[in-house]
Amino acid sequence: MTLLDIRDLEVTYRSARGDVPAVRGVNLRLRPGETLGIAGESGCGKSTLALALLRLLPASASVRGEIRLDGEEVLGMSWGRLRAVRWAGTSIVFQGAMHALNPVHRIGRQIAEPILLHEKVSEAGARQRAEELLSQVGLPGWRARSYPHELSGGQRQRVMIAMALACSPRLIVADEATTALDVMIQAQVLDLIAGLVAERDIGLLMISHDLSVLSSTCARLAVMYAGRVVEEGPAHQVFADPRHPYSRALASAFPTIGDPATRGQPRGLGGDPPDPTALPSGCAFHPRCPVVLPECSSTQVDLVPAGPERVAACVRVDTAARSTP
Amino acid sequence: MSKRSPSPVLSARGLEVDFRVRGGRRARAVDGVNLDLAPGEILALAGESGCGKTTLARTLLGLVRPSAGQVEYAGRPLAYSTGALKSYRRAVQLVLQDPTGALNPRHTVYEAVAEGLRIHGISDNERDRVAEALARCGLRPPERFFLAYPHELSGGQRQRVVIAGALVLEPKVIIADEPVASLDASVRGEILALLLRLREEFGLAALVVTHDLGLAWSIADRLAVMYLGRIVESGPTEQVLTNPRHPYTQALVSVLPDSPVDRSIILSGEPPDVTRIPAGCRFHPRCHELASGAAEQAGVAEACRRTPLPVLGTDPTDGAPAVACHLHAARLTPTADSPK
Repeated sequence: MTLLDIRDLEVTYRSARGDVPAVRGVNLRLRPGETLGIAGESGCGKSTLALALLRLLPASASVRGEIRLDGEEVLGMSWGRLRAVRWAGTSIVFQGAMHALNPVHRIGRQIAEPILLHEKVSEAGARQRAEELLSQVGLPGWRARSYPHELSGGQRQRVMIAMALACSPRLIVADEATTALDVMIQAQVLDLIAGLVAERDIGLLMISHDLSVLSSTCARLAVMYAGRVVEEGPAHQVFADPRHPYSRALASAFPTIGDPATRGQPRGLGGDPPDPTALPSGCAFHPRCPVVLPECSSTQVDLVPAGPERVAACVRVDTAARSTP
Repeated sequence: MSKRSPSPVLSARGLEVDFRVRGGRRARAVDGVNLDLAPGEILALAGESGCGKTTLARTLLGLVRPSAGQVEYAGRPLAYSTGALKSYRRAVQLVLQDPTGALNPRHTVYEAVAEGLRIHGISDNERDRVAEALARCGLRPPERFFLAYPHELSGGQRQRVVIAGALVLEPKVIIADEPVASLDASVRGEILALLLRLREEFGLAALVVTHDLGLAWSIADRLAVMYLGRIVESGPTEQVLTNPRHPYTQALVSVLPDSPVDRSIILSGEPPDVTRIPAGCRFHPRCHELASGAAEQAGVAEACRRTPLPVLGTDPTDGAPAVACHLHAARLTPTADSPK
């Protein structure tokens, strides 16, 4: 059974400057217990995608396509059903979510809030659950009585993860959930998330600009550029042997320590991400592409097979790789 | 990578910085740091938030006065009179983390870059100097950027403008605090390559404060790792990162993807607060070598808990990394008299 099924998703923001296409036809699938990473830079549409999953987009956004959670269509859901699905079916942890905590309420009460709203439990029962959740994310139960300012950034981010788990969702969406944290705290939080996913058989959709973090946490990886998925496949393969020139540039921006080829050779990509209101013709990446061909400015490239369980949207993906079983 | 020259352009000698915190307690953000930066050298200073790396950088810039020890520039102690600081800051420039915050939104690129010249009363060839600084930072042709406002530029271009603003005064050293942390991954490489090119072409030395060890691997000649106000390991970047000797460095390296350290060491908890620096080795409450009993076996567990470690000097002359760890010292001693 597919947990999350996104088909031909398109999101366009209507603005005074005209229509801004943020997501331009994305297809993704996730089964329970699976982990999928979505990589890309600012403005590639990855956060818009996360918001679209629970219809959290502003009214200026028009959404087309299909999003199914556990087989249920999200875009046509009634508001009542949608409220039930938020938290209980799917929960999202955002970047800087630790700033989302209410400074004047104790954290135990804040964790108990969604439990009280979604389930028939007593206040004492909810409080009890809140303490259990805190211990699951590695914080002592007495921390439930603390106020947010008494916790460090890493601890607050753990509280947000505890809240995301409060109603036992089937899917967790983590949007740059560890970006603001120190390396060691990030490692603790990632370890925690990986453990919970394995233990509870939930799905994880993790969104980040950091390809190296995604490749070490997720089984599969999708790379987005200008609102489209340009490559998808097993995470380690996409990171170690990318097929799309953009994935290659992104991967080489994270040097492998100990690899002499990357020592003293910082690599990046010339140019800047495209303006979504004026996307280049053909392949949107062609103005920055180091291996551009003449046809790239006119040919719109779709995802094609690029090896076992891999797809990439580039005219250079050779036919040999396509036919490999 | 460049050879180290014997006379450093910028150094810290026994630097200590105290802050008074609420309740009258003292927080020692920098607790005895020795550091040398050679001309044309790129030194990375790494550590977690709160380890004192930013305070150290601010002290080196003369923005914070040390409680003890001194900052030396070109062999002479830094004087804190207004005039002396002004000329010092022409030679040692700061590049901030967030280019959007560092630029005045109502100033054009030209004004932003020329501001330093005006502060220092340099009025000859202003236009040429600004154009040259922009061109050096890869903003070409520079005239095209003169009248642009920050909001019209991309993040990478803004950071180039900030660097151009520092370069226009022809400094000898730049101190960059997380210079690429707020930039997109694909743009980071370009800014780091720019720092390397400035070193090649103009012999500019740089102290780069970062939490990103990958950045150190990409550009730094030497790496110093800070924990709770002290440098716990420092040495040539290759050696520190491929064969980390201090347990804290080992842990930091181990959590990187494709790490040279096989087993991932995830430290529990967070660095203690600087008002309560642990006795003995300041890392001992989180140390995996102590927890696993390795320190016990080597007979140093007691020392880890009680005996403070000496402050690391600047790098030993043989170029080997300097490490502040009882266990490391104990492991070195038996092999010291055996032939190499």
